[in-house]
Amino acid sequence: MPEGASPPAPTAKVHRPGGKSASSGDLLELVDRVVGWAGPGEQVEAYAARGHHTSVRVFDGEVESLSSADTSGIGVRVVVGGRQGFAYAGSLDESVLAETLAEARDNAAFGTVDEFLGLAGPDGVEPAELDLFRPEMAAFPADRKVELALEVERATRAADPRIRGVETASYGDTIAESALASTQGIRTTAQRTVCYVNADAIAGEGAESQTGYGYSVGRQPDELDVAKAAADAAERATRMLGARKPASRRVTVLFDPMITSRFLGVLSSALSAEAAQKGRSMFAGREGEAVAVPFLTLADDPTEPRAFGSGPYDAEGLASRRNLLIEDGLLRGFLHNTYTGRRAGQPSNASAVRGGFKSTPGVGSRALALAPGTRSQEELMADAGEGLLVQSVTGMHSGANPVSGDFSVGVEGLMVRGGAPAEPVREATVASTLQRMLLDVAAVGGDLEWLPGGSAGVTLVIRDVTLSGS
Amino acid sequence: MIDEAVLQRVLGAALRTGGDFAEVFAEDRRSSSARLDDGRIEEFTSGRDRGAGIRVVRGDTTGFAHTSDLTEEGLRAAAEAAGAAARGGGGGVRELALTRREAERPHGVEVLPQDVPKARKAELLVRADEAARSSGAGVRQVGVSYGDSRRRILVANSDGLLTGDDQVRTRFMVQCVAAGDTGMQTGFEAPGATVGFEFYDEVDVTEIARTAARRALDMLKARPAPSGTLPVVLKRGAGGVLFHEACGHGLEADLVGKDASVFRGKVGEAVASPLVTLVDDGTYAREWGTYAIDDEGHPAQRNTLIEDGELTDYMWDFLRARKEGRESSGNGRRQSYQHLPMVRMTNTYVLAGDDDPDEIIRQTPHGIYCVQLGGGQVNTATGDFVFGITEAYMIENGEVTEPIRAANLIGNGPEVLRAIDAVGSDFDTWAGTCGKDGQGVPVSSGQPTLRVAGMTVGGTAGA
Repeated sequence: MPEGASPPAPTAKVHRPGGKSASSGDLLELVDRVVGWAGPGEQVEAYAARGHHTSVRVFDGEVESLSSADTSGIGVRVVVGGRQGFAYAGSLDESVLAETLAEARDNAAFGTVDEFLGLAGPDGVEPAELDLFRPEMAAFPADRKVELALEVERATRAADPRIRGVETASYGDTIAESALASTQGIRTTAQRTVCYVNADAIAGEGAESQTGYGYSVGRQPDELDVAKAAADAAERATRMLGARKPASRRVTVLFDPMITSRFLGVLSSALSAEAAQKGRSMFAGREGEAVAVPFLTLADDPTEPRAFGSGPYDAEGLASRRNLLIEDGLLRGFLHNTYTGRRAGQPSNASAVRGGFKSTPGVGSRALALAPGTRSQEELMADAGEGLLVQSVTGMHSGANPVSGDFSVGVEGLMVRGGAPAEPVREATVASTLQRMLLDVAAVGGDLEWLPGGSAGVTLVIRDVTLSGS
Repeated sequence: MIDEAVLQRVLGAALRTGGDFAEVFAEDRRSSSARLDDGRIEEFTSGRDRGAGIRVVRGDTTGFAHTSDLTEEGLRAAAEAAGAAARGGGGGVRELALTRREAERPHGVEVLPQDVPKARKAELLVRADEAARSSGAGVRQVGVSYGDSRRRILVANSDGLLTGDDQVRTRFMVQCVAAGDTGMQTGFEAPGATVGFEFYDEVDVTEIARTAARRALDMLKARPAPSGTLPVVLKRGAGGVLFHEACGHGLEADLVGKDASVFRGKVGEAVASPLVTLVDDGTYAREWGTYAIDDEGHPAQRNTLIEDGELTDYMWDFLRARKEGRESSGNGRRQSYQHLPMVRMTNTYVLAGDDDPDEIIRQTPHGIYCVQLGGGQVNTATGDFVFGITEAYMIENGEVTEPIRAANLIGNGPEVLRAIDAVGSDFDTWAGTCGKDGQGVPVSSGQPTLRVAGMTVGGTAGA
């Protein structure tokens, strides 16, 4: 389905143990070799990644597709004479390594001289011990993967007689491995596994259709909760039956944990020092100021073992660490990589991120979470009395702007009346500004859960947003 | 890219487990990009991706594997993996003969971007940066991106097809931040075309930069968007996204086949205002979503989807068409050799009508006028869709007045299509990237200036 409805993307950069490509040892040997080709006065960083990915999609009790594939590639960054160049290749063949370095070197000649450019060097921080890799994944047979996908489809259909179909039911997994080395003494490897099942249920009879999404994510298949994925998809679809467009008004909204996680994703880009330094963040120049209600605390902690974005190192090879961004409503600081740190006259706080081997490290969060409160979603609904429980949003990419703070998204959910869920609504939007919303937070729930992607979900109650409908 | 005899042997190996169709899709993609931000050229990037995806179809099941190893050994390993994934019994050896079919290109490419010195690309970035910064004192930040790609593909399948294409695309993007008493606002402009470096003979990068800067500056003066249902006039070009979301995705045969489209079973019925004729046209010369063949080797076509308001057909790829015993419509696309193809749009547009565009505005007492949209999203099963406005104005007493801040608009596809009550005589297109199931492909959309009688505008101010 179009944007927003795809399965939870395994965030891992990937790779495969066993078989021809044994451990990340050979990747490290490979990046070492590239770094060894650095010329005098050159800083060279090589990042190599390899992954094995399986995905199974089923439809109507039959396997629709089964993909099994290896991906690999290398990205090389060269800094020379205060300029930077980059090149990548989707292959680890011996023949492309030298060519990729040569391209990066040639590209560096066209960059602007910038005194703050340069690669990270080791900073003495020890990496956290994280259990992100399960060797069992490689041995998990394809038949069982197919069975999991069929099972989530069956369970979704069986969950409620009003489920008319399951648009997508799938299983996917990734085994990822990477290595990073540089002339500045960085040498790291990382491995991780992740798998998921998901279902998109369609409920309704005749002309009416409503949809609901459910999933489960784990580091290995026995952590997957197929029943929960199916039950969530079925419940979300069936509870929307009869949904109507609501009347426009001001409301209190309760964001379901999945929605809060996406909301934090928008805030995350405004908390990058790169955005702040370049004047692309609504938080620029506001360090120390109150940007949110006094009981709101937000931190990025990629050493959190339950977070799917966690890892021992950042994208420049520095050990991951916890960074407090908003504490008791006050903006404490920004996420930095080596470049933004130098520009700000401070060390990197290990927040370099990269989308894979095809790009240079930027700045971003990997495990962003609000400090949870104590109350359940039911209790928060009871407290709110009247409001809107938002179960899905659309147009987050086209309607939430972390520079201006303008916020307007399509929503589906349940009205809350007398402190309890009431009639379903659809074809409506909620709007405010991000700045205003942080100051209008009424409560943070106690139901924190780690979701796929870079941030945690929790029920979040925000007062006084505009609901637009009829 | 790959020797014909090797392809024949690899397809044979793919079918050994009993598959009834096998395909090799090979791709060699070179891309280059450059980014200027904060007044500095941050970096040039070069990329190379090369590999093959092999699929084997047996009944309703597709097995797929891909490899970056284009040697016969590498291809055979992928073929066997794909065959095993679609495994059945039986099998045996099938003789294959491939017939090469030359793709008919809608237009030629004059200057391959890879032959242009990087210094010339750098100069474009600098000129755009200067133009944006000189557009007004409020312009605080400028980001400029240059991008080009050359994608050579080869498709061979067990039906005997052997064909290929060479797709060159060029794009230029400018994003500005302006600041003033009302805070910060952004503006962007990002044209793209399926052409080479001659693109820059036709577009002026300083013009692109000034447009982006003006948008950001104008938005500083914008008042909050209204909240509620209003008439919406979409300027030519910008509003094509509405059709992409309101009905484009819902007319993709894979979603229709899964009962996940509100347009299922509606062929022959009136689904839109009689003023609407909607076309998906992969042959549109130079457009961002154009190609000679799709990623299954089928030639691009011009397909009429809605004619005078009546649904005439869906869009089809190989698998969905085969199931229905018909021909593909040339809409089988994939992001790269690492992905399975599926039904995708190309250049999707509404044909021009008879109304004078200025008159459409004059005949609108109170509404909003959308000049640029920032993307959208649809739930095809319910038909509900959103799109964001990034440059829009109020219409008061038939005149375009104050700018309004960014917001999403929401509507239901079938309802909005019926509510179109004026279609202008002008036309323009817009380049974008369409995402579906995690795969992004270049598409364009287009339309004349037109009006929707009522749509929900998701702002914060009174309507």
